[in-house]
Amino acid sequence: MPNSETLFTVVTFIYGLAFILYVAAWIFKKSLPGKTATGVLIAAAAGNAAGFVLRWAESHQMGYGYVPLSNLYESLVFFALCIAVIYLVVEYRYKVRTIGAFTSIVPFLSMAYASLPSMDSQIQPLIPALQSNWLIAHVITCFLGYAAFAIACGISIMYLIKSASASPDTGAAGRFPDAETMDELTHQMIAFGFLFLSVGIITGAIWADQAWGRYWGWDPKETWSLITWLIYATLLHARFMRGWEGRRIAYLSCLGFVAVLFTYFGVNLLPGLHSYQ
Amino acid sequence: MNSQKHAPTAPAPFKDRVWDFFASVRLSVVLLLSLAATSIIGTVIPQNANPSVYARKFGPDLYSVLDALSIFNMYQSWWFRLLLCLLVINLVVCSVRRLKATWKVIFPKKTHFNPDRFKKAPGRIEWQVSDTAAGDLKNTIEQYMQKRYSHVQTRQEDNSWWIFGEKGRWTRLGVYGVHLSVVLLVIGGLMGSLFGFEGMMNVPEGEARRTISLRHSDETRQLDFSVRCDDFTVSHYPSGRPKEYRSDIAIMEDEKVVETHRLRVNDPLRYKGINIFQSSYGQNAAEAFTIVFTDTESGMRFEKKGAIGKTVTLPAGRGKLTVEDFSGNFAFRGHNVGPAFLANLKPASGEQRPVLLPVNYPKFDRMRGGDYAISIEDVEYTYYTGLQVTRDPGVPLVYISFALMILACYITFFMFQQKIGIELDDSGNGVRVAVAGISERKRPGIKTAVRRLAAKLQKQTNQRTAG
Ligand code: HEM
Repeated sequence: MPNSETLFTVVTFIYGLAFILYVAAWIFKKSLPGKTATGVLIAAAAGNAAGFVLRWAESHQMGYGYVPLSNLYESLVFFALCIAVIYLVVEYRYKVRTIGAFTSIVPFLSMAYASLPSMDSQIQPLIPALQSNWLIAHVITCFLGYAAFAIACGISIMYLIKSASASPDTGAAGRFPDAETMDELTHQMIAFGFLFLSVGIITGAIWADQAWGRYWGWDPKETWSLITWLIYATLLHARFMRGWEGRRIAYLSCLGFVAVLFTYFGVNLLPGLHSYQ
Repeated sequence: MNSQKHAPTAPAPFKDRVWDFFASVRLSVVLLLSLAATSIIGTVIPQNANPSVYARKFGPDLYSVLDALSIFNMYQSWWFRLLLCLLVINLVVCSVRRLKATWKVIFPKKTHFNPDRFKKAPGRIEWQVSDTAAGDLKNTIEQYMQKRYSHVQTRQEDNSWWIFGEKGRWTRLGVYGVHLSVVLLVIGGLMGSLFGFEGMMNVPEGEARRTISLRHSDETRQLDFSVRCDDFTVSHYPSGRPKEYRSDIAIMEDEKVVETHRLRVNDPLRYKGINIFQSSYGQNAAEAFTIVFTDTESGMRFEKKGAIGKTVTLPAGRGKLTVEDFSGNFAFRGHNVGPAFLANLKPASGEQRPVLLPVNYPKFDRMRGGDYAISIEDVEYTYYTGLQVTRDPGVPLVYISFALMILACYITFFMFQQKIGIELDDSGNGVRVAVAGISERKRPGIKTAVRRLAAKLQKQTNQRTAG
């Protein structure tokens, strides 16, 4: 039986293949690569999920079972899975494959990053502070939120390309969904992401209250998640202001995702409590 | 006399303009972005460090400017709190004004349905039911609607029957719930930072303490009770990573134990509004240990029981050794040699001299080149437990706001008011049924809702005609 790490390496390539197929289907306007892309992405997500369960089982075999969400490696794997699943649901509900060309690259990059030789992928038992169910809820909800924001960002980029294009209704950009649908989808994804980010921040605060006696300590990770939350709250309000239509919302959505990325990776360059995530 | 002419175009009274200013979404967008932008400062400049660190980094001039702006403690600064207060005022004023205006719209005495709006609604679904009359079908559908929708109305218009229904009107209050939760959160947070405290105390095993040193300050604070540590244990995984820290503690008032608790990380004790958390630990002076003297020539071992402060005689009366101190992490020439004892050796003849006895390096003392090499074995450590002690009267309010925020965000984003209009039209030998729905703010979910309802009604109407 393969171990979870080998499986994840294979899954990385399948994600890469799915991304290439989605781009091919979009550029060459073919339905066969498109259908294959969906199938390949489903296979990748299934492998990803299987690897997650396998790693869980492996940690039990080693005598200290834990839900594999406790270091950067495991979070990257879970992030990829969240994006793939949420995207597949969107594709199924809206029957649009062009979005895949702009979103399926994220799980690929996430897995590729996790597969770097410098990444510490060992299964290690949990130190006392991480032994908490609140932590599991915190990581799952945060990453569902991040994943929805990633997809919203992908769609926003498509929106910006389409609105900047000289002939928005023909050519490659013409195969995008119409502007209204994209705007609506972005909003849906951001609403979903905002709810989950809120729950994520809240469960994290409850965990911190249990472990350290304070629900909020202004450490850089916490503060950056708040900054992200404030940016998306701004976006939701900007929709109610006249003059803030599609393009500006799309820019804000991209800015929000930059804040997400910084909360996830950039903060590790700053001092603080959260060593991974 | 001009005043009358000018009256209509005169600027609105000052009070109204202030009110407008505080009610605007524009202000809230500015405030939210300002909070986001200023929050970055504190993540780039570490907060609450020692002033000398800042002075060295920024130079004295820039330091005093930044210090005057409270940059080094910005989240508790007057200007950051001012931004938060402005946000709360903005929210309250905006909500009060909007609720005043929309309450009657949200909860009207009578519900009006306009057939024209349903005729034009996108996502309208039509189908044909054969061998029946609109008047007959009307009752079946009306019954179905009455079970699932409120304010159901049936009326005849232009030769067709219309059945209307509505639900989820209250969900329009969801966004007020979100805003209320933000207000409660800010108030709860301010309460905590104004009336709460956060500190640390180290309690050695077997002892009781009541003084805590407050975080980010040199101040201390006395608790109304004392905390005794009866036992501390730390366990490790085979790899050496810590697995669990645990303190058995007792709360004492007037020398009497009033409560005991086994404290673990993630399992705090809350007593009289004060929270006590397992946070760290350390090794304290060992209570008992064995001093081993090894004859450097013959290799013979002589053992003596030792204790801190106790003096023992070397074999054959070659001198006296007093163990004076213990350190859990001794640094020898910049290397951490772990637990180590410091002793004073007074040979029978010659100068007295200090000796270092690291527990993990029993051959260390051979370097001294004496008659006997001294080492320490069988150490029984005592630990002290590091407790974090906090009080935050804002927490209940904060937790209420958490619950409200999640609930209200869900309502705002995923539930919506929907009005349904069903038209029944006699056509030849059957009835043409059309279902349409409208929602406030054109929610995309309305189309799905209409599709589901149409599917259910089709089943109902087919059963009826079949039966
Ligand atoms: C951190 C603070 C805030 C949060 C988290 C927040 C959250 C929200 C959310 C989630 C919505 C619903 C958006 C949607 O339906 O897609 C909303 C709507 C709104 N918010 Fe806020 N808000 C905040 C502050 C404010 C402030 C300070 C104001 C003051 C003017 C404000 C005014 C509004 C208005 C007018 C709406 C539209 C309500 C409607 O549709 O009737 N918000 N807010």
